[in-house]
This record gives sequence, C-alpha cells and structure tokens, in this order.
Amino acid sequence: MKKLKYDVVVLGGGAAGMGAINGALSQNVSVLLIEREASTGGVLNQCIHNGFGVHVFKQELSGPEYHEMYMEKLSRFDAMYETTVLNVDVKSNTLNTISISGVYEIKYGSLVLATGARERPFEALRIPGYRPAGVFTAGLAQHFVNLENRLPGHKAVIVGSGDIGLIMARRLTLEGVEVEGVYEIMPYQGGLTRNIVQCLDDFNIPLHLSTSIVEVHGKDRLEGVTVAKFENGHPVRKTERFVKCDTLVASVGLIPENDLVNETIELSDGSGANVDDLMRTNIYNVFAAGNNVCIHDLVDFAAVEGEIAGKNAAHVAKGKELPERMGILKKGEGVGLLSTKYTIAAEPFKLFVRVKKPMGTTILRLNDQKIKTVLAAKPSEMIEVKMDPSRYNMKGNLILSAMEVDKI
Amino acid sequence: MKNAPKTKMMDMTCVVCPIGCHLKVTVDENGNFLSVTGNRCPRGEAYAKEEITDPKRVLPTSVKVIGGELPLTSVRTEKAIPKRLIFSAMKVIKSIQVNAPVKRGQIILENILDTGVNVIATRTVKKQNGK
Repeated sequence: MKKLKYDVVVLGGGAAGMGAINGALSQNVSVLLIEREASTGGVLNQCIHNGFGVHVFKQELSGPEYHEMYMEKLSRFDAMYETTVLNVDVKSNTLNTISISGVYEIKYGSLVLATGARERPFEALRIPGYRPAGVFTAGLAQHFVNLENRLPGHKAVIVGSGDIGLIMARRLTLEGVEVEGVYEIMPYQGGLTRNIVQCLDDFNIPLHLSTSIVEVHGKDRLEGVTVAKFENGHPVRKTERFVKCDTLVASVGLIPENDLVNETIELSDGSGANVDDLMRTNIYNVFAAGNNVCIHDLVDFAAVEGEIAGKNAAHVAKGKELPERMGILKKGEGVGLLSTKYTIAAEPFKLFVRVKKPMGTTILRLNDQKIKTVLAAKPSEMIEVKMDPSRYNMKGNLILSAMEVDKI
Repeated sequence: MKNAPKTKMMDMTCVVCPIGCHLKVTVDENGNFLSVTGNRCPRGEAYAKEEITDPKRVLPTSVKVIGGELPLTSVRTEKAIPKRLIFSAMKVIKSIQVNAPVKRGQIILENILDTGVNVIATRTVKKQNGK
C-alpha cells in the first residue's frame, strides 16, 4: 500500500470541491483532490443549459463553461481521478482509496467533504408494477442525452417537477422526443418558476399538479403509466388515466451524499452534514460544502461554500485554532430547511432558508427579531438571509421562523 | 354595442426575478400589447411587452464531434434568439458536425438563420488521442 500526505484533501471535484480547492490554495497549503469521475466538474458537465454563474461570473453560462472557467482560476493542485474512497478514519486523520493504480493510504491535515448529492430513485416511490427498461432518473437521462449522444426513448412522461425534470422536458423535446406531460404529486411546483416558463410553457408541455403515477405498465420495455389525481398524499378513485409512453423520467428529489461518513459526521434530518458558518462539521478538521450539506438552488452557492470550507480547512491544517460555536440554529414555524446549524456569532454569514409551503408576503424572524420580509416564499426557491452578529443576538438557541403576513 | 374593440386577456408568469409575478396582459385583436397588471415593478411590463411582440430565448444544445474524446460538444446561441425560430435552429444545428479539437467559445455556426447571433461551443473537446 502506497502512502501519501497532504495538508488539505478534498473529496469530490464538483462546484463545491472546486471552490474548496480554490479556498485552500489561497492559503498556500498542499491540496489533493480525490474524484470518482475522470475529470472535475461533477454534474456541471452534463448541465448544458444556461443560467449558471450569475453571482460568481456575473453572466449566464452553461454548466460546462462554468466548470472550465472556474478551473482556469485555480493554480496547480494534485488530483487522483477515477478513484474511490473506501473509508475515512477521523481518529487517525487517514483515508483509504482504490483505483486502477492501486490502494493508497492518505493522511490529511484537514478534510473537505464535497460529495454532492444523488438522485432519489423512482423505486423510492413504491409504485406497483414491473420495473421495465425505460425508467430513468432525470440526471441519468441527462447524462445519456448530453454526454453520450443517446436518446432514452420516443415518448416520455416526467414524474416530479424538480428543476432537472423540467430542464429534461425541454431537452428531450428539442431532441425530438414527445414529452406527454409533467406530473407533480404536490399542489405546487417543485422547480423554479423560470424553468416552468422556459421549459414547459414555451413548448406547451402540460404540468399536472396534485397528480402522480399509480401504476407502471410493461414487462420488458415500459408501455405506459397510470396517473391519478392525489389529495392529501392519497390517490383519488376513478380519476385514473392511462398514458402511453416508452420512457419515464423521475425528478423526485436529491439526497445529500454522506454515506462515507454517516457514522462519524453529525447529519441533519434531511441527511445533510450539519455545519457551522465556517463550514466545519462536528469534527474540528473535517469540513463540508455544497449539496452534501443541503440541496442548493444555484451552483454559485455551492462554490462559495466550498471556498469558505477550503480556506478554513487550510487554517486548521496549518495549526490555527478556529473559534468555538456560540449559537445553534433551529427550524421554527414554516421553515423546512436551514443550510447552517451552528454559528460562531463573530462574523456575518449567509444563511439559506427553505419554507415548508408556498406563502405570500412572509416575514422571517430570528427568535422574536424581524430579519427579512419576502414578497413570495416558495419551497422551490431558497431565501438568502444575511446573519449579522452586530445586528442580531446570535448566541444560544436561535429559532428561525417564517410566517405569512396576514396570518400574524 | 357596435364595433366594440375585441381585446384578449393572457396569463403570464414574469421570469425576470424569482418572485415570478402572475401577470395579466391585455392585447388587442391583432395581438398588440395594450396593458399589463399584476407586475410589482416596471421590469414586468418590459418583459410582458417582449413576450407579446417577439419573445427571445438562449438556445442551449449540443453538436456532434468527429474524432473527439467525447461524442458531443455542448453549444449555445451567444445571445437570445426569437423563440419562434427555436425548432428551425435545432434543425440547422443538428445537421452540422465539427472536427476535434473544439475550444470553448469557438464559433460553431455564424449568424444562425440570419438572426445575427452565432452558435458557440461551451465545452472544450480534445482529440481522441489526447491532443
């Protein structure tokens, strides 16, 4: 077994991982990236649509452009591609990897987890019927179409209205696939409104809310699905309808990828890594950033989190002691997700909040202090909150709530 | 009433910012923009006008690469093109292929459908043997 030693080791070379490399390199430490794929970029490589980089590059780029332009900002770092991490031992600060070049034991000063997220599979919906060929997650269909030049089928149904599903509705339509419709079990959309307009409305693809799939037909190849109206999570009788299709694309959510560390790193109820505003986990020299912390709307947010994580990881690797946590953030009424769990209450930081359900004019409060008003709050659109210890008390228990104005 | 003007109401969601105002746009019998309600700022009116007269979109897609380490390069129109041309533009883009290597930003097709807009590569694709 070969042995290596680095100040900062970054797991995953997507947007957050590239950010972490950038942050660590700025502090003049040795950096190693470990990446499962043959190159950096992560999911950006297959996201050929535009809309990336509005914050970091001040222009609307496609995913591959964002990836290449971000890489051009980075100076030299070491990387192991097509490499799998077998385990992480946070007591001895080592991890083991395997690849075609053999097995390695790597010692780190600090570790940045930038492992992203995986798609919730269609199987997780527990829908009766066979599992024939023709059932894809949206990201897999995207990989086939955009990277391998293969079409998944000829007539598609999309289940779930998450952003990747909406993007794929347009992509498949442009490539000549007939997209029959998008079916969403909730009474509201899962993705951004701009994607509903640009990806569905532009191509007259219907979005069926409170409607989902109740049966899959076909044994070898998908032959169709039965859809039905849903109320309170249950299908309504006699609303069933058969839809003929040979392709089913599931866009039913992303799950933060933390399997490698789920016994050592404190995770949230949504299986994201609980971090503080320094992107530090419960272990002093292990940091996390990007979609393995929480599912973000914009790639820029993942990259910026990575930069913070990489910089602080470098400080710790050089022996600097980071400040202690002073406050703990908790979800109050109306709040479904908070990106940060703890705060050192010393510097301002950006907190991302997702509400539980769509609301009109909404006031966000930190304990009883009003901190932000938004005109329309939707679960699909993260709300950015500037947490400033010079303005708010950020020590102790911090309950963040979101309430619709006329209901207060 | 004689010769009452025939107006039409259209529903629209503004995509200028994440609020996504629900717009009600009134157009005359020839489809010309008359007025808009539901927008919370002036940008909503400008968006509604363009959506009525000639909506534009950036078109992202891909082009086949010969001899590259990847079978495709991703491309997009450098600027937004009229929405009505999207399928014709797809037809033109599908009919072309490029030889590797492809550089990001390289013009793949000049002045697509006389829009004055170029189609550019958004990904670098090296030659298959790594050159």
